[in-house]
Amino acid sequence: MDGDICATDTATTPPDSDPARKRRVHGMLKLYYGLNEEGKTVDQAESMNPCDINGTHFDPEVYLNKLRRECSLGELMDQESCMVKQIRSLDSDMQTLVYENYNKFISATDTIRKMKNDFKKMEDEMDCLSTNMAAITEFSAHISGTLQDQHAQITKLSGVHTLLRKLQFLFELPARLNKCLELQAYSQAVSSHRRARCVLQQYSHMPSFRGIQDDCHAIMDKLAQELRQKFRDGGSSAEDLSECVELLLQLDEPAEELCDKFLSHAQSRLEANLRGLEAELRPPLSSGPTSVIDPSIGPARRLSAAPTAGSPADPTSPGNPFLSSSSRTDILEFIDRGCNEFVSSLCLVIASYQELFVNRPQEGNLASKDIPHMAIGKLHAFVDALATCYFSLVERRIQEEKSVGDNSLLVRALDRFHRRLQAVAKLLPGSAVPSQGTEIVVRAARERIKQYLAALQSFYLDSLRDVRQALAAPRLGGSSAGGGSHLAGPATGKDAPASLPELLSSLSASILNQIKSVLASVHLFTAKDITFSNKPYFKGEFCSQGVRESLVVNFIKFVCQSSRQFCESAGDRGGSTPPALLLLLSRLCLDYETSTITYILTLTDEQFLVQHHSPVTAVAALCGEARGAAQKLLNHYVKVQGLIISQMLRKSVETRDWVNTIEPRNVRAVMKRVVEDTTSIDVQVGLLYEEGVRKAHSSDSSKRTFSVYSGSRQQTRYAPSYAPSAPMDTNLLSNIHKLFSERIDIFSPVEFNKVSVLTGIIKISLKTFLECVRLRTFGRYGLQQIQVDCNYLQMYLWRFVSDENLVHFLLDEIVGSTAHRCLDPAPMEQSVIEVICERG
Amino acid sequence: MEDDAPVIYGLEFQARALTSQTAESDAIRFLVGTQSLKFDNQIHIIDFDDENNIISKSVLLHQAGEIWHISASPADKAVLSTCYNKTSESRVVTCGAVWSMPPEWESGSHESPDDPHNSHNPQNLELLCHLDNSAHGNASSVLWEPMGDGKRVISLADNHALLWDLTESSTQATISSSATLEGKGQLKFTSGKWSPHHNCTQLATANDTAIRGWDLRTMSQIYCIENAHGQLVRDLDFNPNKQYYLASCGDDCKVKFWDVRNINEPVKSLEEHSHWVWSVRYNHSHDQLVLTGSSDSRVILSNMVSISSEPFGHLVDDDDLSDGEDNHQDEKSKEPLQDSIISTYEEHEDSVYAVEWSSADPWLFASLSYDGRLVINRVPRALKYHILL
Repeated sequence: MDGDICATDTATTPPDSDPARKRRVHGMLKLYYGLNEEGKTVDQAESMNPCDINGTHFDPEVYLNKLRRECSLGELMDQESCMVKQIRSLDSDMQTLVYENYNKFISATDTIRKMKNDFKKMEDEMDCLSTNMAAITEFSAHISGTLQDQHAQITKLSGVHTLLRKLQFLFELPARLNKCLELQAYSQAVSSHRRARCVLQQYSHMPSFRGIQDDCHAIMDKLAQELRQKFRDGGSSAEDLSECVELLLQLDEPAEELCDKFLSHAQSRLEANLRGLEAELRPPLSSGPTSVIDPSIGPARRLSAAPTAGSPADPTSPGNPFLSSSSRTDILEFIDRGCNEFVSSLCLVIASYQELFVNRPQEGNLASKDIPHMAIGKLHAFVDALATCYFSLVERRIQEEKSVGDNSLLVRALDRFHRRLQAVAKLLPGSAVPSQGTEIVVRAARERIKQYLAALQSFYLDSLRDVRQALAAPRLGGSSAGGGSHLAGPATGKDAPASLPELLSSLSASILNQIKSVLASVHLFTAKDITFSNKPYFKGEFCSQGVRESLVVNFIKFVCQSSRQFCESAGDRGGSTPPALLLLLSRLCLDYETSTITYILTLTDEQFLVQHHSPVTAVAALCGEARGAAQKLLNHYVKVQGLIISQMLRKSVETRDWVNTIEPRNVRAVMKRVVEDTTSIDVQVGLLYEEGVRKAHSSDSSKRTFSVYSGSRQQTRYAPSYAPSAPMDTNLLSNIHKLFSERIDIFSPVEFNKVSVLTGIIKISLKTFLECVRLRTFGRYGLQQIQVDCNYLQMYLWRFVSDENLVHFLLDEIVGSTAHRCLDPAPMEQSVIEVICERG
Repeated sequence: MEDDAPVIYGLEFQARALTSQTAESDAIRFLVGTQSLKFDNQIHIIDFDDENNIISKSVLLHQAGEIWHISASPADKAVLSTCYNKTSESRVVTCGAVWSMPPEWESGSHESPDDPHNSHNPQNLELLCHLDNSAHGNASSVLWEPMGDGKRVISLADNHALLWDLTESSTQATISSSATLEGKGQLKFTSGKWSPHHNCTQLATANDTAIRGWDLRTMSQIYCIENAHGQLVRDLDFNPNKQYYLASCGDDCKVKFWDVRNINEPVKSLEEHSHWVWSVRYNHSHDQLVLTGSSDSRVILSNMVSISSEPFGHLVDDDDLSDGEDNHQDEKSKEPLQDSIISTYEEHEDSVYAVEWSSADPWLFASLSYDGRLVINRVPRALKYHILL
């Protein structure tokens, strides 16, 4: 049994190659030397087995017993031979190893021996070195000990040298200062003196130093004197001045006094600037009035050019050349000069002042706390005082700027003025100057608006005057050509109407253009690139209260009011105002009501982006006013025209002896004249007003109505008058008739159309006719003449009125009243009347 | 309180002339003169019974011609003057005359207007004297001296103002002085008024558009308001309580109030009528009440508080006030004083040529339109009490 195991072991070993075997040998050696890192695990697995021949716990007895028990003889034999073989190989291995190691031992022994010799030599050299070093240390200590005294001496000497140099500086100081004084190198002198001052102060108890100090003081006093002198002279530039001030400050001059002096000096120069500006203001005062008159001439000239030129309000044409032709500078130049001279020097003064007194680092005994405070206070007072002068000059100049021709110049000037003041604002944050400047600009803008309003108003009045002249001119020619009936009186509208619509359109167009151009001019105030346009005033109040209310609304109101005045002043005696003008103005106001006002206000609101913070006049209110004016004008027109015709009729009734008149042969001339005038009024009104509605006519109104007071009905009306038995009937009939007809208001408001206007005029005329007839007494032929006249009027007037019954009624009344006032009422045959009337 | 309805009386003829019987202070009585070319003209004496609202009339014949103007003597109830048209030889002349009513008219001829039969035998007026003015042209009006003894009248004839003295019970008239308006063209007085102030030494006349004041002692012009109205001035009246105040009306549809010390501007101007204003009358007692009549057939009663002699309401003596009324007075004084139209009367169908306050009852007035309709109206009671209390 043992043999089996051995056999397997042996059987396996032989095929093992050499490297494997070697490793195994190494392993074993390692084991032997305790370097058993690799074989540990293997060993531990096998180590406990006493039968493992390679294990550490191998027990030959156990192994042998085991083999004997288990293996057969053959196997034992094999085992034995195998073992022998193994032992043999082991022996040879061991021999090889020993041999190898022996050589190594020998060479190592040689090396050690050699080393031993080298170390010996080195030890000797080290000993030598340490002895040398000790010697050197000793020498060094010795040398330093000997040099100690000399070093102390040198230090002392150099200190003395420095002191001596300082003393020399001190001794030389008076001379140096004098020299500096001569050379006017003040700053050097001051700095030198400052350096010495403390020392001199400290050692002033010593006579020699005291002498020096006194000398220095004298010189420095002189220097300060000179500096003050220079300061006072004022000839030097601002930079020089500031240097002076700086030096003086360093010389402990009182800051307050310096401030005052500095400012007073600056003031004198700035005042010189102001005087220069003022000088520019003065001379033009004599030529002032002429330039003021100029704009009032302008519009009239412009209007005449209006229809052709198209832009009558061209701001550059009339105003500017006149201004530039005069010797005075324009406002832009003036402001420019003010800015460049006064404001910039003011800024310079402020800057250097602040540099000197306010912003300087506080040092030494100068640093008393309230200097900047005091200095700022003085500066504010100074700037305010000067700015006030400047502003008053600027305002005077602005006030002289009365020509409304070119607004851009003024706006640019104001802009520049305002812009330059911003520099002051930056330099002097708390100052009231910029806000005052803004106020001036605001005032100027307000003033400007007022001037524009005045200009617009005068333009409007001039336009009206021109229209009047245009209306008057053709009429003069016309009336002379017409043969000039003495009854005509102030008859109008015969020839004028041809140009009425043109006049109206040119008038309203030129007014509108003028408004637009004024708006454009005023708009410059709010342009984006103008510095003051973003001020709250110009954003809000200027637009709404200024432009919209004061300018546009006021102008519209003015138009309405001046139109109304035509009615009032002309109330007496039929009026100096030509009726055509009344008609034209009425239409103008009506146009304003319907569209123009809305247009202008919308335009204004859009251009100025008006935000209404405060209540403004509503469009509706203005329209109402315009409509009121239009109504009043038209009423007045009706009244005036009615009066003109009334006067003709009245004269014709009053001046005739109706009792002794002859039998009527034809219609009286005055009736023809009435119809003619009515026709021409009809034409005139038709040019400006629409037709209007009238009640439907029958196919032949003149004929039909003709029969109303002729024929049977006419007879029944007259008949009772002859019969003494029933005098009441006349009145009864007339009253019954009146019961069924509406009451007629003679001077009643008319509507805005032609028919209504003509109805009004005819009503007035016929009512006058009636009242005049009632005051007269008629003969037979007087009655007949009135019959003829009324018939004639009947034939022509019906076409003008809204309700022809009105004409019938009034004419009926006239004839009726005449019959009553007739001594011998024998009416004419209707057929005869017709014949006479048709004959004309 | 409802106001009484107007009382309307119709004449058979057309009429322009109306006056109240100035000397009568008890009965409410108006005189109306008719205009008829074909029949005998009449003077209707209208008596109004205020309590029963009844009108009674008497008719006197005025056969001389149609009456254009009538005025009653301030002293003698029975005496009146007329201007009338006389047609002779196909010429029409206007004359003035002073008449006396027959003494019996009052006793016998009272009749109701509904009874037409009695009117066929009316009595004639008795002529006292002619204001003979053939040399001076047509008379437009005859004015009695206000509050006088009925001995002095002024007649306006064309461009002459003639001052007459009536003597021997008014049967004799002699011209004591005269004034003549001179100027270009044919000037003619249209109307006039004898001022009750200044001892009745002033006269105001209207011609064309001008109003002139005259001093009767020297017969010279003292003021002239040129262009007082845009057109013809139709009538004048003096404020009975304020001596310099004068109302005028005319063809420009306006009523104007003047202070003759300042003739450049009227104190006040009204334009309420839509046609010529023919007549203007101050109330005799309460001069804020102004009555106007116009050919637009309307009568307008205005309350011109601001220029009246009682701008702060009726002045009541403190003694008369009981405590209760005291409070009332305070209340009233707070009310704003505003000129206003009190009322527009539209009872007329034709032009109103004359309006007149009653001389007996200050709250009552009459208006006469051309068609012969006489309307008697009262001041609204509310206003009446407002003025009185």
